[in-house]
Amino acid sequence: MPRTLMKGNEAFGEGAIRAGCRHFFGYPITPQSEVPHYLAKRLPECGGVFLQAESETASINMAYGAAAAGARVLTSSSSPGISLMQEGLSYLVGSELPCVVVNVMRGGPGLGNIAPAQADYYQAVKGGGHGDYRVMVLAPASVQEIIELMETAFELADQYRNPVMVLGDGILGQMMEPVDLDGEGISSIPSKPWAVTGTQGRTTRNIVNSMCIVPEENEAANLRLANKYNKIRQNEQRWEEYLVNDAEVILVAFGTLARVVKAVADRARDEGIRAGVIRPVTLWPFPDQAFEKVIKFAAKRFLVVELNLGQMLEDVRLAVNGRRPVHFYGRPGGVVPTVREVMERLKQTSEVTDGGDRI
Amino acid sequence: MATVFERPRALTDKPFHYCPGCTHGIIHRLVAEVVDELGVREQTVGVGPVGCSVFVYEYFNCDMVQAAHGRAPAVATGIKRVHPDRFVFTYQGDGDLAAIGTAEIVHAAARGELISTIFVNNAIFGMTGGQMAPTTLIGQKTTTTPFGRDVRANGFPLRVAEMLSTVEGAVYVARVSVHSPVHVARARKAIRKAFEIQLQGLGFSLVEVLSTCPTNWGMTPVEALKWLETKMIPYYPLGEFCTPGTGRQDND
Ligand SMILES: Cc1ncc(C[n+]2csc(CCOP(=O)(O)OP(=O)(O)O)c2C)c(N)n1
Ligand code: SF4
Repeated sequence: MPRTLMKGNEAFGEGAIRAGCRHFFGYPITPQSEVPHYLAKRLPECGGVFLQAESETASINMAYGAAAAGARVLTSSSSPGISLMQEGLSYLVGSELPCVVVNVMRGGPGLGNIAPAQADYYQAVKGGGHGDYRVMVLAPASVQEIIELMETAFELADQYRNPVMVLGDGILGQMMEPVDLDGEGISSIPSKPWAVTGTQGRTTRNIVNSMCIVPEENEAANLRLANKYNKIRQNEQRWEEYLVNDAEVILVAFGTLARVVKAVADRARDEGIRAGVIRPVTLWPFPDQAFEKVIKFAAKRFLVVELNLGQMLEDVRLAVNGRRPVHFYGRPGGVVPTVREVMERLKQTSEVTDGGDRI
Repeated sequence: MATVFERPRALTDKPFHYCPGCTHGIIHRLVAEVVDELGVREQTVGVGPVGCSVFVYEYFNCDMVQAAHGRAPAVATGIKRVHPDRFVFTYQGDGDLAAIGTAEIVHAAARGELISTIFVNNAIFGMTGGQMAPTTLIGQKTTTTPFGRDVRANGFPLRVAEMLSTVEGAVYVARVSVHSPVHVARARKAIRKAFEIQLQGLGFSLVEVLSTCPTNWGMTPVEALKWLETKMIPYYPLGEFCTPGTGRQDND
């Protein structure tokens, strides 16, 4: 397939296949249902397994089994379903299993609605389930980038033996864009000598387990995770910069909203305000390095724009660490702001103080 | 000298941690003996529960996965779908399978998932301190039914084997007990049948094993065996509830 028109949700599926994933377990939920629709057709074509589970609880545990067995495995859902997966994610981390989870976020809390939102940011980047852990979180902003980041997601998951979440929203899942599908995708995946396969002549047994009954041993296991997370923080921060070199005001947004915000930066420049954009691509690890850089350049103030009540805002504040005012503009509940609204907010931002800005 | 008794190869030499008189250990041994008999140890992946038998990964001498509470059938499904030619079994208690994991076991059975389940029914939550299980008998005292299980408040004990035998994808479902040597021998046969069903690719199989929990029942090991025989079996009749040849309902 060379250049073709594709829906975001289909790209999550195609990207997974190109990354060598041949196992999918999931339960339908809007606005991500095209992921299973697509894979139900595509996976059998390439010798893979598509299975509709009885719940998201089952999906994530099937993924746990498939990951334990050594496969590249995907599950996908939207906000309420991802909440149901949190125990399973914690077990995946505890057992150090690689797995990719797509969350096409919708408006919450509760049943909320099926409109685009970014309200699961905290849940995604702060752990989400029980225990002291992180999952890596990638946030594509276009259908093309979905294809690319799905491959990155599977590679990071295998490299660090940790679940990776690819976080989209209803706009990204539903919109169609042209994508270039160059090459064939991955043909072989890394060997996993730790996987359960039956011993088959192996002299030691493989055991996949997150139980660690002796506190000192469990502490050691936690510290091993901490080590891994420090490595990830050092090596895996990814972000996109737009017009930041001379920018006095930096807009910060992730996912599709970053596209609105780029248009805001253009409009601001037309009106003589030197604006730029940081778009975090990894939400965890959060790209602190991007902020160090722009603070050294010309940045005088920041405006974080999100489809929630101010969640990534906290990570931006931690990165900026009081050195500049960090303002906020958010529309929760499934509403997407226009360029003009963000522009108006931008004009109100002060260089002196953000006054603990929130909605 | 001929060897007349030895540890099955499918068990490690790790001593069991179970309480005196607990029949989990007998059931482990039966599973291991059948795995050896069928010659599948090196092709086997076992999935353990959360419950008193959470440490099965230390006892079964094969590749093992520890699953979240109740989710062993989903985990086993994932493993089997990746390695369809391996032998995959779950070992689960009645809290694990019949309370928190009811959905996973019913749907694994409905899919005719090619896995086998050993379901240990001891009418109580052992690990967490003797609370009521879905299988707790009417009138039975537990730490959460201190005045005895009252159907008005707590409903009725669940007959899992009978229920699952109505599911088309379940090909072999039996209930056995291990309270006497004769019953142990029968239990072993049922486990063998269940495992063979999977190896023949016929569908889902489950053996419910009535088991004791002297500690949380507040009995001596001998009293516990008696209680199992006289109180549990009348409510949980032994037998095969579906088999590949005869179809459904064939109990003794
Ligand atoms: C999500 C979750 N809820 C509750 C528990 C606590 N818990 C551990 S084992 C168990 C019940 C075990 O009973 P059963 O399955 O009958 O096994 P037994 O110990 O009797 O062999 C419970 C409630 C848990 N580990 N995880
Ligand atoms: S608490 Fe009950 S089920 Fe658990 S090991 Fe002791 S006797 Fe066996």
